[in-house]
Amino acid sequence: MGLLEDKFEDNIIVASFDKILSWARSTSPWFFQFGLACCAIELMATGASRHDLSRIGMIPRSSPRQADVMIVAGTVTMKMALRIKKLYEQMADPKYVISMGSCATSGGPYWQYGYHVLKGVDIVVPVDVYVPGCPPRPESLIEGLIKLQEKILNERPLTKKAA
Amino acid sequence: MIHEQVLKCLREKFPGSIVETEEMPADFIPIYQKNWAEIAAFLRDDPDLRFDSLQCITGVDLGEEGMDVRYNFHSMTHLHKIEIRISVDSENPKIPSIEQIWRVGDWFEREVYDMYGIIFDGHRDLRRILLPDDWEGWPLRKDYETQETFHGIVVPKVKEEWE
Repeated sequence: MGLLEDKFEDNIIVASFDKILSWARSTSPWFFQFGLACCAIELMATGASRHDLSRIGMIPRSSPRQADVMIVAGTVTMKMALRIKKLYEQMADPKYVISMGSCATSGGPYWQYGYHVLKGVDIVVPVDVYVPGCPPRPESLIEGLIKLQEKILNERPLTKKAA
Repeated sequence: MIHEQVLKCLREKFPGSIVETEEMPADFIPIYQKNWAEIAAFLRDDPDLRFDSLQCITGVDLGEEGMDVRYNFHSMTHLHKIEIRISVDSENPKIPSIEQIWRVGDWFEREVYDMYGIIFDGHRDLRRILLPDDWEGWPLRKDYETQETFHGIVVPKVKEEWE
């Protein structure tokens, strides 16, 4: 540490505010409950005691205003797609989207003949992490969430972006 | 058996209401839709039949043979059941409503209307039940064409090379 070594009392941490901000964001991404189909069961299992999402700082929220991550868990119908877009727009920045399962990613079993199914939620909202599976096991979802945490951790929200 | 009993009752009470063929089908009763509402009320109220439970209404598109509406009835009193089939014209599909005879018929008929566009005459609130109100076309008809866009969301065409 060079210059800063042995300068402070033992309860002071020195870091760049940029990094602190992205660290804080990555360790408490509250997720928006968005169970649409059977993936919601796995989402519930992930949140329940065996897999326990709260140990990585994730708490389910029922309102888009309080959520950072939207986990789209299940088949997105055309009727729901419009609502998803609306709810995504209601979330406060920074906001992230996880597409959970085949249906949300590509239409899943309905990708060819499902007249009412949106072929991938990325058509209406930007997706950060895709979790494959039908439905994905809680381990896969947690893997996806950790990937998202890595992504948030590597963000530098205060640094000026090169134009 | 209940099947013969219903046939006999209907022939006595409503002559000419049954579609008479040389070999009568053994598991359902095909009837004309002319005075269907009165026949339905009779099926419910007759003390020997007493079909007090309407279990399902199904629409069927038979292609060139027109469309069918099929009713499954069950009697909680006598524990017997029967299926009634009524064919409707595909060009101008109309059938008397039984929504006020069995209250549960309300949503069943709305579902058949939603999927096949069959108009139930006398239904007090005939709207789409599952699809959005501004959906175009009747999805379970044979000649249904998927709409190209829905509120600006492009619906991908069927991928033909994957047949």
